[in-house]
Amino acid sequence: MSASAPAILVRDLHKTYGEFEAVRGIDFDVASGEVFGLLGPNGAGKTTTVEILEGYRSRTGGIVSVLGHDPGQRPRALRERVGIVLQSTGMYRHITPREALAHFARIYPRSRDVEEVIAIVGLQEKADTYARNLSGGQQRRLDLALALIGDPELIFLDEPTTGFDPAARRNAWEVIRSLQELGKTILLTTHYLDEAQALCDRVAIIKDGRIVAEGAPGELGEASTRYRVTWRSAGGEVQAREVEDPTALLHQLTSAALARGEPLQDLSVTRPSLEDVYLELTAETPEEAARG
Amino acid sequence: MADAIAIAFRQWRLERRMFWRNPTAAFFSFILPLLFLFLFGAIFSSDQKTLNIIVPGILAMSMMSTTFNALAMNVTFLREAGVLKRIHGTPMPPVSYVGGVAANAVSNAAVQVAIVVLAGKVFFGLGWPKDWLELVVFAVVGVASLAALGVAFSHVIPNFDAAPAYTNIVFLPVIFISGVFYDVDKAPQFLRDVARVLPLTHVIDGLSAAMVTGVGLSHHVGDLAVVAAWGLFGAFFAVRGFSWESRRS
Repeated sequence: MSASAPAILVRDLHKTYGEFEAVRGIDFDVASGEVFGLLGPNGAGKTTTVEILEGYRSRTGGIVSVLGHDPGQRPRALRERVGIVLQSTGMYRHITPREALAHFARIYPRSRDVEEVIAIVGLQEKADTYARNLSGGQQRRLDLALALIGDPELIFLDEPTTGFDPAARRNAWEVIRSLQELGKTILLTTHYLDEAQALCDRVAIIKDGRIVAEGAPGELGEASTRYRVTWRSAGGEVQAREVEDPTALLHQLTSAALARGEPLQDLSVTRPSLEDVYLELTAETPEEAARG
Repeated sequence: MADAIAIAFRQWRLERRMFWRNPTAAFFSFILPLLFLFLFGAIFSSDQKTLNIIVPGILAMSMMSTTFNALAMNVTFLREAGVLKRIHGTPMPPVSYVGGVAANAVSNAAVQVAIVVLAGKVFFGLGWPKDWLELVVFAVVGVASLAALGVAFSHVIPNFDAAPAYTNIVFLPVIFISGVFYDVDKAPQFLRDVARVLPLTHVIDGLSAAMVTGVGLSHHVGDLAVVAAWGLFGAFFAVRGFSWESRRS
């Protein structure tokens, strides 16, 4: 495999459960060393897509390649190079992080040093505490540590910070950034937009089993043709308007303010943020809302 | 292959450690049968004929408790807690993992066999087993069959909360019908017919011959065949229906 081949390649991926089409033709690539985010509301098909890439689920149609392997065949050579943090997984209740890491380290051909991994995820204080006595956040760190012990090239993170307090999230972000600096490829799913913005090189927004937008988090907003203009009116209320070209509006506002001899307060002209784009793209249509 | 065996061995060692760290599980599958042995032994201490029936019976019950019951519950727990799913995402060979988990149950059964045989000699007047080879053959085939049936049965159990009920609804009737506490030949015909089909009856017959009467293995080939057939049935469904994830998701 050449260095430029994508770590993950997905073409026209389909997955149906009985009558229900969970994934309806998804295409994307993740380059080696990239942090790629799948964003979308619950039930959009994020986890189904990721679990197909991880080898947990079979696909109904399409082509999938992960590090040059078909994950559907579940080759051991692939699982040796991949680390997985699932949304929820358990551990033996009476095992310590140090024991668990030492045990899992032995099943990988090139594993990392146990103490080093404990330090990366910040579990030094709890390395000898039984898993059942760890807090939720500490268990998540153990999950991440277990995903890293085999020194994977590619790491799947399914909602890695759900349920974290703000400080724990920042710490997790630091860990993910340090993995990126080591050249790891990361595919993460999240429904936190700030997380996608902070970590991802590129994101894809999934809705109803299809990708509705894809690009760098900053560019997704910029790609929008509209500007959002907000200002404080003469009456003192904050006004907002979205326009394709703000030139005329700004001229009106500024000349009206000059004519009144008052400053134009709280004026801002912004591109829609990732959040605006996300909310717009994933909003339910009136028919969908009616169906409930 | 050598690699898979080495990993299975390490998994077995880990399972042993986890087993002893969970005292409730250790109690139910390990101490309870021994408690039964000593209670019944004390009650019938003056009645050698009954002891001759009860000691091999309780040995068979211990074997079932430490393999069938323990694996049905343990595999259900591991599946529902997501441990199986996690393992499935690593390079761990599935055979090594399931092998390690099953070997843990088999180790418990082996310790039980040793304790009951020793107690039979020291406390209950049975003497040493009359046919050691027969004892080993029935213990090995019985334990392997019951272990396979336990893993297969875990697929039927919907969730861990239901596991004790599901396990006991099988375990309790089976130990009574199979004649752990009495001689099946004295039971009514319809119960005898049911008993003939169950594997534990034949395990008890074999153990009883090995420990008490000394009737050789050649007279118990039929018993062995029934136990082995159940084992193959169990192994088929243990592998066939094996699921790494709970059905809830």
